[in-house]
Amino acid sequence: MGLTNKVLRKVMAGSAIFSVAPAVAILLGLVTLSKFLGLPLPWMRLSVLGALTYELPAASSAAKAMDIPLNQTVTDPQVYATIAWVMTLGILSGILVILFFQKKMEKGLDKVKTKDQKWSQIMMDSLFLGMIAAFMGMVFSDIRSGLVGWIPVFVMLFSALVMMVIGLLVKKLKWTWLENYAMPLSMLSAMAFAIPLTSWIKGNL
Amino acid sequence: MTTLREAQNYRERVHVWGRVSLALALIMFISYPLVLCIHFDAWPGWWPVFKGLLGVAPIYWTVGIIEALTFGPMLGSGGAYLGFVTGNLTAMKVPAAIRAQQVSKTEANTPEGEVVATIAIAISSIVTTLILFIGMLLLTQLQPLLESPVLAPAFDNILPALFGGLGIVFIAKDWKIALAPITIMLVVFLLFPQLAGAVSVLVPVSALITLGVSRLLYKKGYLD
Repeated sequence: MGLTNKVLRKVMAGSAIFSVAPAVAILLGLVTLSKFLGLPLPWMRLSVLGALTYELPAASSAAKAMDIPLNQTVTDPQVYATIAWVMTLGILSGILVILFFQKKMEKGLDKVKTKDQKWSQIMMDSLFLGMIAAFMGMVFSDIRSGLVGWIPVFVMLFSALVMMVIGLLVKKLKWTWLENYAMPLSMLSAMAFAIPLTSWIKGNL
Repeated sequence: MTTLREAQNYRERVHVWGRVSLALALIMFISYPLVLCIHFDAWPGWWPVFKGLLGVAPIYWTVGIIEALTFGPMLGSGGAYLGFVTGNLTAMKVPAAIRAQQVSKTEANTPEGEVVATIAIAISSIVTTLILFIGMLLLTQLQPLLESPVLAPAFDNILPALFGGLGIVFIAKDWKIALAPITIMLVVFLLFPQLAGAVSVLVPVSALITLGVSRLLYKKGYLD
């Protein structure tokens, strides 16, 4: 395929390092959910299939339907089973679409590509940018609440800045090895930056 | 370079194995509550499950369908089969795949890009499984650290930290395409901040807007 072992190793190492911080965030979610549902179910849900953004609302919705408080561990098997069913059935659509339609989607994309290679490339970039734009917009959703609401914006800018510095180092000083770690570095440093920034802003209010 | 035949063989096998593993995963996901009910003889009844589902299914089934239609093409088939089983797509698997394609200088929707994305998603899944496993083993020791108020701002800001770095790369690459969707999303979230909780719904909306804008720019010759 023209992909050398070196490139593949680079991809693997970089992906592993990049994944550490999000994985720790998932672990944090697991700790939160486990107080309500015990360990096994959240562990299974979060290490495969789910994401906290879904699992937490699903569990809360089931608990609310049965008038169960969210701040104590569920001990009734029937309640637990209801929550487990809601969490399982509430998110299956994505998997079903991929299961039955991924092949068709691939064929559709191939058609676009044969017809117009350049547009096919622009189309993929547009999908990426669409996703990125939505999250970048979301970062600004709290700014009307005052300076505290700007914290995510500053964190995002910091991350972008670190990425730009790394880009310059790679380009000007030819530190190409750094390229593979650009994303984990910008993300982790921005997360670390959020700590003093938050305490400074909150301390000044 | 890959020959056409090799690529076709690879893709065919990806679909076969992808579908088999997705089907098996589905069976396993459903087995958990099923076995639980059988073992404890605790059947919740249709009504409570239906009521619980009513609160999440209308939104999340829609989000799931749209996510599949957006991320499926982005990740390629191998990545999509794997990513949708292992979950955590927006905050982890999709950025991991994009990052890997950039580092390896491969493009999405090419056999090379697809292989790279699949590897990145696989590695991400392994790392998550390992970290959760270690985290569970050391839960009592780790819990105070994970839940410490000092670290809380770092984890609260994981998405801005992720999308700042990722965003600047893509904006620098395609600023003409980026301008409109970023502006529109900015206005949307400023006007309706409560939508922050429904960002998954806005991802495909934003993707559609971006596709429309770039089609227009492309047709007018601004992207040459």
